[in-house]
Amino acid sequence: MLRKSRLLTLFWVLVMGPAAALAAEDSMAQRMLACAACHGAEGRATGDGFYPRIAGKPAGYLYHQLLNFREGRRLNAQMTYLLERQGDAYLREMAEYFAGLSLPYPPPRPPQAEPARLQRGLQLVRQGDAARGIPACNDCHGEKMTGVLPDIPGLLGLPYDYLVAQFGAWRQGTRRGTAPDCMAAIAAKLNPEDIDAAAAWLAAQPMPADPHPAPGLPRPLPVSCGSVSATGVTR
Amino acid sequence: MKRLLIVLSLLGVLTTGTVFWLGLRGDPGDTTVASPLRAPAGVSPAERGRYLVQVGDCMACHTRQGGADYAGGRVIPTPFGDFYSPNLTPDPETGLGGWSADDFWKAMHEGRSRDGSLLYPAFPYTNYTKLTRDDSDAMFAYLQTLPAVKEARREHDLKFPYNYRFLLVGWRALFFRPGVYQADSSQDAAWNRGAYLVQGLGHCSACHEARNALGAVQSRDNPAGGLVLNWYAPALAAPAEAGVQDWPKQDIVRLLRDGIAPGASTLGPMAEVVYESLQHASAEDLDAMATYLKALEPTQPPPARGAVQVPAHAVEDMAKRGAAIYTEHCASCHGDAGEGALPAAPALRGNRAVIMASAVNPIRVVLFGGYAPGTAGNPRPFGMPPFGSTLSNQQVADVLTYTRSAWGNQARPVSAAEVARNRQGPLW
Ligand code: HEC
Ligand code: HEC
Ligand code: HEC
Ligand code: HEC
Ligand code: HEC
Repeated sequence: MLRKSRLLTLFWVLVMGPAAALAAEDSMAQRMLACAACHGAEGRATGDGFYPRIAGKPAGYLYHQLLNFREGRRLNAQMTYLLERQGDAYLREMAEYFAGLSLPYPPPRPPQAEPARLQRGLQLVRQGDAARGIPACNDCHGEKMTGVLPDIPGLLGLPYDYLVAQFGAWRQGTRRGTAPDCMAAIAAKLNPEDIDAAAAWLAAQPMPADPHPAPGLPRPLPVSCGSVSATGVTR
Repeated sequence: MKRLLIVLSLLGVLTTGTVFWLGLRGDPGDTTVASPLRAPAGVSPAERGRYLVQVGDCMACHTRQGGADYAGGRVIPTPFGDFYSPNLTPDPETGLGGWSADDFWKAMHEGRSRDGSLLYPAFPYTNYTKLTRDDSDAMFAYLQTLPAVKEARREHDLKFPYNYRFLLVGWRALFFRPGVYQADSSQDAAWNRGAYLVQGLGHCSACHEARNALGAVQSRDNPAGGLVLNWYAPALAAPAEAGVQDWPKQDIVRLLRDGIAPGASTLGPMAEVVYESLQHASAEDLDAMATYLKALEPTQPPPARGAVQVPAHAVEDMAKRGAAIYTEHCASCHGDAGEGALPAAPALRGNRAVIMASAVNPIRVVLFGGYAPGTAGNPRPFGMPPFGSTLSNQQVADVLTYTRSAWGNQARPVSAAEVARNRQGPLW
């Protein structure tokens, strides 16, 4: 008798369970499904613009961007609309959730640019241009350019259009970070050819085998950045 | 003939005179009425003022995104054009630095600026006029403690003829009577306190009542819902819309304080009201508002306005296509039969936010998605994904037509033209 009723319960759970109670998961993944609509797993390009990938980026960096959207330092109507009535603690939790996702990166699109442009891009990224006061991108974004924990993003896996759009936004003041805003200062020193060359080269690089951000930088930052809490210098 | 002319012109002068008198007359107001919000003993006027300013949600309009608190500059889009809020910080040149408590009272109670000019009712002084003098003074005392921020006033960008401020004379003669809230002695203290908050300080009717072509709240007898900031603010007294007469009191308090309640959540401008203002209201004030809202005489929902007719023969096809879209994009969260999956997604079956006559809010939710406000009672809300870039206007119309007619729901179909109209305008 007992066994029969237990079997019956099992039967009901198996048959009715999924139908009666929808998977109402009380999880962060369920809460963040609304973000996936645009950002997908790997970012997504659509007719109305590019939605950058957010999975696997450093948590501090993501958190600062969420604050920047909420406070109107970085302008994007949709992002602001979604975040403007959320508290700091929840934004921090969102940032940590996405930072913790490790998803594969798609292969880069083959370079669209002629060799001279790519060469110029490579030089800017690796060496900067000391005469014009432009530090090498590597000095901050890490030797492998996969970013540095916890506040500096990687530069690989981002498409050309997105990279160019970000430099445009810094130059027009529609993307601002905490002062001193080092990226805005660097963007102001680059001319359109520099930006085009650096973006073309970066967009053509494959991800290294280990795409995770570096734990720290070998040297202090060449210029100070308001959004970088500790310089992450590894001694 | 000549006599008739004289009579007519005399009548004209008289009418003009009356309009000017009605529109311009000063009204010091009854300054002796005590506030129905009894302040706890030992609280300074400025501290009390801070609370009142929060419950009055002055922040929502008088702070622009990324700007200093109360320094103004926020755009308030209306059918008459864009208003820009002035600076309320005590800066002597651009704010309320040189103002006295009397000047402030004149603005709140009479809707006139310090120099006597008439103020546009985009500033809801039509509600704030119900405030008592002691509450107005407390609010002024608080605003004067803010750090002075220099932020010049931005000119409103209004359509002709609304850009002529003096035309407000006529508007005021027709629609505005200053008057401090008069307690209704047949009701208890909690009801009166709630009435004072809902009608006055909380300025709920500023959004929740339909406005006529001149921007005046339409009718006192049957307050209908109204379009505001591209959203539809449902009628507060109609149980089929926003009426809460048959809700348990604690659910009303949850909705106002936490932004969600069983079977309901706040979105768009209402989410902002909760986030900036109501979540900070005291337990007593929330209870008083719930008492008053519960006691409102229930009304019939207003008829839908601005709906685009869908030919009857098209509806069946739309619903059929809509069912397929629903299964693909919506059922994983809202359930195969619209039953919802709490806490992750609300039910759509029998949900009045889905089936009310106006389809504006469901359209906006599907296009732009959104999260309920993150409050102490609901700090990690679940979100609705935006479908504006995945679904076409026709597909949004189809899925909503299905949602509004399936599982026993019975609301009119939604047309693609209506969806197209709601893609425009700033997000709020
Ligand atoms: C309607 C589409 C849309 C939705 C939904 C959306 N985003 Fe975004 N998001 C964007 C766009 C577009 C950008 C890029 C803005 C720019 O170019 O400055 C962006 C940028 C970001 C960035 C900055 C990325 C970087 O590398 O700098 C973060 C972080 C982010 N979004 C997080 C989120 C989170 C968290 C959610 C869910 C709560 C979300 N987004 C939902 C469209 C969206
Ligand atoms: C002084 C340090 C520093 C240098 C040098 C530097 N960056 Fe950055 N970069 C940052 C920081 C910090 C951020 C994060 C900005 C924020 O939090 O707002 C950033 C952000 C970025 C982003 C945004 C990534 C995203 O996902 O949206 C891009 C793109 C970028 N940098 C490109 C470059 C390029 C190209 C160079 C070289 C020409 C460069 N940076 C040099 C510090 C630096
Ligand atoms: C719905 C938006 C809105 C809300 C809410 C609001 N205001 Fe205003 N307020 C305005 C606008 C717009 C003006 C400008 C009116 C004009 O130019 O005629 C204004 C004008 C004023 C003025 C007159 C300033 C002057 O220079 O003449 C004062 C004082 C004021 N508001 C105080 C407040 C206080 C206090 C609160 C909260 C209890 C508040 N407002 C809430 C929109 C708002
Ligand atoms: C700035 C405009 C605005 C103001 C001010 C405002 N509301 Fe709302 N309210 C809305 C809109 C728009 C909606 C419809 C969206 C939604 O359901 O949240 C709404 C919805 C509601 C609902 C129905 C919620 C549901 O889902 O059933 C209630 C109840 C309500 N408001 C009460 C109030 C009260 C009480 C006040 C005053 C303290 C108030 N509102 C002030 C705009 C406003
Ligand atoms: C990832 C889960 C998810 C998916 C998929 C989803 N929704 Fe939602 N939906 C939500 C959540 C969560 C809310 C509540 C949002 C809030 O509280 O502001 C919501 C709210 C709504 C509302 C407003 C209901 C109310 O009470 O205010 C409508 C209408 C709606 N969804 C329709 C749809 C339609 C139609 C689809 C498919 C095209 C869809 N949803 C897909 C999670 C989802």
